[in-house]
Formats: sequence, C-alpha cells, structure tokens
Amino acid sequence: MENLSVSQLAAGLDHGEFSSVELTQHFLDRMQAHRELNAFITEMDESAIVQARRADQLIKEKKHGPLTGIPLAHKDIFCMDGTRTSCGSRMLDQFVAPYDATVVQKLGQAGCVVLGKTNMDEFAMGSSNENSYFGPVKNPWDPGHVPGGSSGGSAAAVAARLVPLATGTDTGGSIRQPAALCGITGLKPTYGRVSRYGMIAYASSLDQAGPLAKSAQDCAYLLQAMAGFDSRDSTSMDEPVPAYTQALDQPLQGRVIGIPDEYFGTGLKPEVQYIMAQAIDWAEGQGCIIKPIRLPNTELAIPAYYVIATAECSSNLSRFDGIRFGHRCKAPKDMHDLYRRSRSEGFGTEVKRRIMIGTYALSAGYYDAYYLKAQQIRRLISTDFSKAFETVDFILGPTAPEPAFRIGEKTDDPVTMYLSDIYTISVNLAGLPAISVPCGMHEGLPVGMQLIGNYLTEDRLLNFAHQYQLATDWHRQCPPGCTQEGGSE
Amino acid sequence: MSISLEEVLNISHLARLHVDEEQARQYAADLSKILAWVQQMNQVDTREVVPMAHPLDVVQRLREDKVTETDQRKKFQTIAPRTDKGLYLVPKVIE
Repeated sequence: MENLSVSQLAAGLDHGEFSSVELTQHFLDRMQAHRELNAFITEMDESAIVQARRADQLIKEKKHGPLTGIPLAHKDIFCMDGTRTSCGSRMLDQFVAPYDATVVQKLGQAGCVVLGKTNMDEFAMGSSNENSYFGPVKNPWDPGHVPGGSSGGSAAAVAARLVPLATGTDTGGSIRQPAALCGITGLKPTYGRVSRYGMIAYASSLDQAGPLAKSAQDCAYLLQAMAGFDSRDSTSMDEPVPAYTQALDQPLQGRVIGIPDEYFGTGLKPEVQYIMAQAIDWAEGQGCIIKPIRLPNTELAIPAYYVIATAECSSNLSRFDGIRFGHRCKAPKDMHDLYRRSRSEGFGTEVKRRIMIGTYALSAGYYDAYYLKAQQIRRLISTDFSKAFETVDFILGPTAPEPAFRIGEKTDDPVTMYLSDIYTISVNLAGLPAISVPCGMHEGLPVGMQLIGNYLTEDRLLNFAHQYQLATDWHRQCPPGCTQEGGSE
Repeated sequence: MSISLEEVLNISHLARLHVDEEQARQYAADLSKILAWVQQMNQVDTREVVPMAHPLDVVQRLREDKVTETDQRKKFQTIAPRTDKGLYLVPKVIE
C-alpha cells in the first residue's frame, strides 16, 4: 500500500478496496515502526482517524476530490489551529497555533488526512536537519547520514514510505536538497505561487512552500491543492492555477535545455557529474536540444543569500520576545533581561548565529557594504537567469554537489555547510520554480537532478519530470528495510 | 575582516541575545570567518546595478479599508506566557 501513487490510492478508495481509515492506520503503523528516523515532531493519530472517517463518509456520498482521504504530513513550520507548531525550536516547543496556515486550510478542504508534523531544522535554517531542537532526522537510506534540510523530516518520511505526501518550505533549497538526498521528488514553486500565510517566516522575500512526494505526478496533485491566490499574503500572485495533472503527458521533443558551466565546476563530486551526464543523454534522446549556457554570478549567490536571508531573519525573528507567545525565561529581573534570556534560551546555535550576522549586516555603517551590495548581486543573478531563459526552456544540473553527507560531518564549519546549497540558492534569489528529481544512486545513496524553469512554469517542470519518471526507475527505489512489497507502481 | 569582542557584544545587545564571554569569543571567530567569506561579493563592480529587494517586480497590493479580523484576544492570550485580566504581564518597566 505504501508504494502506491496518489492516483492509485484514490482509485483504491474510490473502488472500496480499502477505506481511508485503513489507509491512515497503515501509515500510522509505519510511522510508529520507523520512529528511529525521528522524522516527526508531533504524531497525530487520533485526529487523523477522525479526519479519515469523515473522508470515508464523503467518498461514500460521492462528494470527494482527488485527495480526499489521502494521508499527508505537514512540515512543522505550518500553523495548525489547536496543534503544537514548534518550527523545530525550543522557542515554540509549547506553542499551540491559534489559526490554520492557508496551505493547511486548503489541504484540509481537499480532504487530506494529516498524520503529523515533520521534523525540520530550527526555523528552517539548515541544510542537514541537525539544527532541530528535537534532534537530527536520519536518512532512511543510511541512518548515519543526514536527510538534508531544512525539510528533512518531510523528505525522510516520504522516502521511508511513512506518508505518501508531505509539505515543505524552501528558502535556499530546503525542499529540493532534502528531496535529492532522500531520493524523492520535491518542487519549489515560483515565489508567490503558494500562500505564505501561517507559514512561520524565515526570510520572507525567499520563502516558498511546495510539495514533496515519491513522483512528479504525486507532486502535481499536491501542488494543485496548495497553489493559488490568497488575499492574506501580500506577495501572493493573482494568476490562474493551471491543471498540473493534465499537463504531464506532453512530449518533450524540441524543448531547449540549458546546461550551465558553473553547475559542473569544481566542488561537484565526479560520481554526481557522471550520473548527471546520463540524465542529459536521456533528455537528448527525447528530442530535447542541449545547449551550454553561462550563469556567471552563481558563486556569489551564496554570500548574497547569507546576507539577505540573515538580515530578513534578524528582523522576522524579533517577534519572539517572550511576552505574547513562545518561550519565556524564569524570573526575569527587568524587561531587558526578559528579552535577552528568553531569546537566548529559546533559540539554538545556528539561529542565533544567523540573527547575529543579520543584525550586523543591517546595523549602522554596514548596511551599504553588506545588505545593499547583496541586493545588487541578487539583481545580477536574476538577470543571468532571465538572459538564459531568452534561449532555453529549462536549466538542468545537479541539485546538490554530493550525495548525503554524514551526521556531524559539516557541523563545525558553517561556511562548508552553506556551500551544500550552491545550486539551489540562486533560484530563490530570482524567485524561480525548480524541481528535484531522483536520477541515480552512488554507494547506496540517492542523487538528484534539478530542473529550473522560468516564472510560473511549474506545469512544464512537472511534465519533464513525469516523462523522465515514465522512462526510469530511480523514483521507485525504496530504502532498505522500509518496504515489504516490491515496487508495485 | 575581523570582528572584535566589543562589536559582538554590541550586536548581541541590538539583537537582544544574551552572550557570555566565552560565547562572544566563539561568535567573534565565526562571524569574522563568515563575513570574510561574504567579502567575495566585492569582486564585482555593482555601481550601476539597481538593488533587488524582491523577486517579483510588482506594486504592493492594496485592499479596501474595512474590518476583516475579529477580536480573538482571549484565544491569543491563552498561548501567552503570563497574562492577567486581558493584559500581558511583564516585569516592572517604570520605577
């Protein structure tokens, strides 16, 4: 059951082969059996069964949609009314959200059954899930390795077949990089495509929510229900949402794929390079035109990102003051002591480090040298992409420079950790959509390719990924010890 | 690029974070390293480049000036660390 696609699950529910309650129980049991992965911060057994019963009723009455009764998990960054929403932080360990995020509301209306809230790097700051107050998530392919981050819990849960679908957020690669490291499919939509309302803010000009699933087709179902205009998010795009699931079957003949030199330079592991070459060959075999391109400012994306993101985070996280919600220190002497100790106790090391950098970059005398300069670099990066998209339909490259690294391997040096996002970060700076698709294995660990598209071309990205997945089996690979069945899809 | 202990303490004050001396030394080292690395942005001449604050070049949307949110003070205060009679309690501010 855990290997079935969303459309197969929906058909099974529709034909009465199993009920949503049975389906939900099956996945809840799997979650319990794989607790060692630490993929969940909150398990929601009781409410899930209630939602599943409701879904079964709707299915019986033929009032259901494509996602009615399908289980999913939310990254613990999305507020859920009446449910603890921790954002992976001690600061919000006891925080019970008083309202639903738009994404939560929309998927609830679509009839999805929420099984739990997934583990993540604290406030979405990290590339390895080692920054969670609730402990690191383990990569289901090898528990000694990281699942990537920050949506590492969501990616690990989908990869281990603990849940068919999961939501994530992506500020600098936080959907795509864990998807690649866990061997699943993950899409970061165009900035503004999915509402940010109720999604706890890290860097507001970069944050975007998106789907994680086993396949592009499943991602299409999930994105369909997540995307759309929301008046409660001032940066939400008021553009029609295409029928993503209808666009999957178009032929790829004649599509022009740009291969950026900068994504294949030093730093890229040879094994990943080799796997990428095979994916490019496949595209060429489909009649795609392969074209070398340049994205000359790629290397500057990481420093620019770490100035912009930290500046925005230092501002966004100033709301955590120990007064209205969140952690409060014991016996504060005065207001200043209350702020300082509540925040120091509530935030973890990496979050504090980023708040410090951002505060410095925005402080008097340094604004022009750091923040303004980073915004100018951001313009250059965005212009690189718009020039490239004058002649190509897609840009293809690796999602990450290497397969999953070991837990603890990069924790001593923040800069080394930051470099693991080199191929994903520019996409957020420009606000473009991109998808990560499993395309190979190296020594038992998955490798992902990233396909970047122009604004609002999620349908084309999903189309390409789906065609690739019709021809390959990488997305059907399941981590050892995580399935009883063979690949039945 | 090197950040002094004094600067670290000033930043931690601005950010309302408590930093003891040992942590301050660690931050000074970390921040110096990160900022030195960030300096590579200076390789590029950006004098003529318009800063990009946001990925979408759109004008901020306006809405009608009417009440859309309802009063949920009670609900919101149930998650506050300390409240009394509808007020948020904090240590004494004025002597």
